[in-house]
Amino acid sequence: MATIQKITLDVLKPHRPNALEFAAAVADLSQGMRVQVIVDAVDEKTESILLVIEGGEIDFDAISQRISEMGATLHSIDAVEVLGEQSDAGNAS
Amino acid sequence: MQSGELHRLLLHVQGARGIARRYFITNGFDGALTMLGLMIGFFLSEHVDVSVAIKACLGAAVALCMSGLSSAYLSESAERKKELHELEQALIADLGNSDVGRASRLVPVVVALVNGMSPLLISLTIMTPLWMAQQGIALPLSPFLLASLIALLLMFLLGVLLARLSREFWLWSGLRALAIAAGTALIIIVISV
Repeated sequence: MATIQKITLDVLKPHRPNALEFAAAVADLSQGMRVQVIVDAVDEKTESILLVIEGGEIDFDAISQRISEMGATLHSIDAVEVLGEQSDAGNAS
Repeated sequence: MQSGELHRLLLHVQGARGIARRYFITNGFDGALTMLGLMIGFFLSEHVDVSVAIKACLGAAVALCMSGLSSAYLSESAERKKELHELEQALIADLGNSDVGRASRLVPVVVALVNGMSPLLISLTIMTPLWMAQQGIALPLSPFLLASLIALLLMFLLGVLLARLSREFWLWSGLRALAIAAGTALIIIVISV
């Protein structure tokens, strides 16, 4: 099964938690996970951010849940980098 | 609740520290001045039984506590619901189970507790000489006069606390609060005589 090496998410979040607290809460999901938050646009009540996650064990469902817990919404997956593992069928041929 | 979840929730609750501080001081003033008024009234009335005074003061303290609890909870809860609703509209999402949603339910409870407990604790502190007199402990002054002095001291300390927040000179802020209490006492004495 392919594993996610790097993923870039477009997220709309409230001003609180701030970018640092938000990144730390996502990074806490897995040891060795590197999280970068790039603030794209700031509105009166919200801010649009690009969440770049790499390293560690990237579990998309867990990240998505953590984003919801912090009151943010996932808009789109903007970029993804996966590493495939050779399947049994691939070995046989 | 996991520690990370609790930590995130506390971050939101910490944002309400300023509101809780304001409520603590506002209702602390209410408690101290109400007790000061009662004590001066009892002192000027003469021959007021201490046990009667304790019951009257306790009644006032409990009423202030309940008023603080309910008014802060209702107003803060309404304000938080409005903010949450506006945020939900901006994000186009249901935030009921998010940290923001949980905090919007927890913050009114915390603020209400501060607002309710502040006048109660201050009132009970001011009543200390009355309890002592009821227990038969000899006091150098009338228990009502001693209680009034404690009320003035607590008003001064609330002023000092305000100075810590506003980074003003503590003595000036304390004396200003004390002047408010002294002015209140003077008005009560004038209308009572």
